[in-house]
Amino acid sequence: MSWATETRGLGLAGQGSTWRRVLSPTGNTGDAVFRVLMLLVALLMIGIVLAMVVALGADSMTSIRQFGFGFLTGQMWDPIKGEFGALPFVYGTIASSLIALLISVPFSLGIAVFLVEQAPSYVARPVGFLVELLAAIPSVVYGLWGIFVLAPVLRLYVEPPLAKVFGWLPLFRGSITGIGLLTGGIILAIMVTPIISAVVRDVLAAVPGSQREAALALGATKWEMIRVVLVNGAPGIAGAVILGLGRALGETMAVTMVIGNRPQISLSLFEPSYTIASAIANEFTEATGDLHLSALVELGLILFLVTFIVNGIARLLVWNVTRKTGGVGRAA
Amino acid sequence: MVNYSNADRMRRGISTLMTTLTGLCTLLAVGALLIILFYIAYRGLGAINLQFLIDRPRPVGEGGGIGNAILGSLLLLLISSAFGLPLGICVGIYLSEIGRGRFGGVVRFIVDTLTGIPSIVTGVFVYALVVLPMRHFSAMAGGVALALIMIPIVARTTEEMLKLVPHSMREGALALGAPQWRVILGVVVPAAAPGIATGAMLAIARVSGETAPLLFTAFGSRFFPESLNQPIASLTVQIYNYAISPYDEWHAQAWAATLVLMTLVLGINIIVRFLTRKKF
Amino acid sequence: MSVSKSIRLVACFTALASVLFSIACNGGGSSNGSVSLQGAGATFPNPLYQKWFSEYGKLHGNIKIDYQSIGSGGGIKQLKEQTVDFGASDAPMKDEDLKSAPGEILHIPTVLGAVIITYNLEGVKAPLKFSPDAIADIFLGKVKKWNDPKIAADNPGVTLPSTDITVVTRTESSGTSAVFTDYLSKVSPEWKEKVGAGTAPRWPVGISGKGNEGVTGQVKSTPNTIGYVELAYAVQNKLPVAQIKNSAGNYIDPSIDSVTAAAAASAGTIPDDLRVSITNGSGPQTYPISSYTYILVYKNQKDAAKGKALVDFLWWGIHDGEGFAKELQYAPLPADIVKRAEAKINSVTAGGTALR
Repeated sequence: MSWATETRGLGLAGQGSTWRRVLSPTGNTGDAVFRVLMLLVALLMIGIVLAMVVALGADSMTSIRQFGFGFLTGQMWDPIKGEFGALPFVYGTIASSLIALLISVPFSLGIAVFLVEQAPSYVARPVGFLVELLAAIPSVVYGLWGIFVLAPVLRLYVEPPLAKVFGWLPLFRGSITGIGLLTGGIILAIMVTPIISAVVRDVLAAVPGSQREAALALGATKWEMIRVVLVNGAPGIAGAVILGLGRALGETMAVTMVIGNRPQISLSLFEPSYTIASAIANEFTEATGDLHLSALVELGLILFLVTFIVNGIARLLVWNVTRKTGGVGRAA
Repeated sequence: MVNYSNADRMRRGISTLMTTLTGLCTLLAVGALLIILFYIAYRGLGAINLQFLIDRPRPVGEGGGIGNAILGSLLLLLISSAFGLPLGICVGIYLSEIGRGRFGGVVRFIVDTLTGIPSIVTGVFVYALVVLPMRHFSAMAGGVALALIMIPIVARTTEEMLKLVPHSMREGALALGAPQWRVILGVVVPAAAPGIATGAMLAIARVSGETAPLLFTAFGSRFFPESLNQPIASLTVQIYNYAISPYDEWHAQAWAATLVLMTLVLGINIIVRFLTRKKF
Repeated sequence: MSVSKSIRLVACFTALASVLFSIACNGGGSSNGSVSLQGAGATFPNPLYQKWFSEYGKLHGNIKIDYQSIGSGGGIKQLKEQTVDFGASDAPMKDEDLKSAPGEILHIPTVLGAVIITYNLEGVKAPLKFSPDAIADIFLGKVKKWNDPKIAADNPGVTLPSTDITVVTRTESSGTSAVFTDYLSKVSPEWKEKVGAGTAPRWPVGISGKGNEGVTGQVKSTPNTIGYVELAYAVQNKLPVAQIKNSAGNYIDPSIDSVTAAAAASAGTIPDDLRVSITNGSGPQTYPISSYTYILVYKNQKDAAKGKALVDFLWWGIHDGEGFAKELQYAPLPADIVKRAEAKINSVTAGGTALR
């Protein structure tokens, strides 16, 4: 419903100048004031985002001019010599997020399927709420738990057996400290699972019941029926996964507390790594040289652009599927 | 009598297997949550006492507490809500009631972008925008950073809540001759008010757990807040500093501070859930 | 709820926002006689500084000094940005940094400390000994296991495990790192060429921790680690402290005496601005990785009240404050340095007039 069409019928169109019509289709001054205020607020939002992009871009100009595209492929991060390359951070960010998705997606799908298809509603609502509570835990608390619980557990009970059995793979070589890419990936997995599962729940709920009934009527087992539903909601599920990816890419505190903070590219999961967000958090308040600061801001710009694109794709995929149900509070 | 063939048994077997697996996944997730929460309670309760809650940090070996951090976090939430809630609600009203067509689409796109910006990038932006010109770290800067994170969340929930208000209410008010602004402010918003309030509470809960943007805006302090123009402590930054320190007594304080923070965050979430149960 | 209520709500919020804003603009550094100073920087002297601020606060209740230990690099940067009133750094500022600062910055030495090697090795009781070569090779990544011949050569009779060494370095820009890499550059030409000295070197190996606190935490909680921290941190956390072979060939324990000896060894070479490195000093009892640590202030203070509080505190620090140094494992300043620091403090002005 559009207010403009509503009020056109009142015969006000054509009265006064175009500005007046835009500002106040109804001709009422209270409306004009209200609309102007709302417009200003909306413009403020646009202004803020534009300012952010401009500020990020302007401050990274020094670094962009110095390194050009080589920044993205450079492997050295050396503040003493003034050489800055983003590749170790990009690698760390992507690797930790991918590990997180690899672990999280099967679990999230399982949770969503269970809650939508199998659990009776008196179980699904409270259990669903509990899963969503995982998203409410602050990042620094995950980091704290990671340092004191997860890292020692991995160091003592998980990584040694992995090294023994799979040590021939480059993935599981290196010294075992409990701090590294694997720990970071696991913490991220726990953090994105509630988001992915919540969105997949909405997606599955939006699949029309007729699909389920048709499958069952044709003699499908419960699991085969679920498969039909999953295929039906596939674009939305893809969107949910990408949304989780977006969240994982930007995560700062929990990751920086357990990932070891070492700018290096190594295939081993046990080795420490470094993400873009962690680098900015650790080095920003003290980057003295202009080039160092500019390189950090350029890292921030890269992160901004990547999350922007990833989130855009995710919303495109998810929006189409869940528009009808109007999910509440999914402000992931 | 139905005779099941081997293929049928296989299919049913797989079905049972998969449905059990999904149940296990859920169990694992809920289990993880409970493990984390119980561990926080276990470590935190041991270190919490009244002195801890009202004292400020002291040198190692002299005890100290998180009183200033609790106050600091509350102040930061107050500042960010003062800016973030009105702006967010207004944006939500705009998106739902006024912004139609291309311009509205642009604004919605911008708000979606704001939602996805990593909080550390927001912190960098506010450092350049507020801290540098003011020439000091301040609670205001921290509040502004948190407000920027809060606005898109509040805007989206407000928009969704407003959209749920039946059109008949708007039409009825218009039919009675009310101008648009009266309809929105007097009929639609009050009808959606409970939903908007819960959305605001969820945003506050979310923002109370943020650390990264505070690192270079509010910075940190060992004293009780006296002015909004100065650096201020917060629970999250304090937890971070204590967690990476080597002192056992600071670790204990980190867990206790976590317990306080989690009580706040979980408390808000559970209250919101309780309030929204009646709706659906 | 009606329109008037909505308007009242919005009005409330706006009123709240404006009240907060006005508090923000009026509340400041000095009001009703109390002064608030904001400092940031080195984690190296943080245990001592926190003791100083607490004790000084007991003597002068109206002076509040807030210090955030974020690393020397952070202290230097925030001082240059003028977002803090004073900075702190173990490594003296470089010439380029001094030139690019908005005003002249003075280095006021406060105390002496030692950068020590600490480790987490089960089953090894007595403190390990290291020669400069061994340390350089460990941190270069060439020596990978604890039972490497180089380490064994320094520690005859000690059974070393065959586990991998995990090196712990500093994440952020650190004066402690600068002192340590300065030492390594002096004793190892390979280190000087490959990595160099500075606050944020490109470490060849290792995980990293934030601040002296973070490194100590890592070493304490993870077995088979080795790291470099300020002496106070290792002692406070009951971590072992290694003996290091100095330039005279003796294995020296870091202690107040051996650090004081290092300061004495360089006594004649300290330049006018007090920026000096005293690593790898000569003398039989010198601890090779010793360092001064400095508080950095602008020579010309903008706020007279704050400036006065600052110089008074610094004066107290280099005189009465030194009394707290020993119990926290820091070595007090030698008498002649105290005199020179006094001269520097006396030269701080606000609006043209000296503050002391």
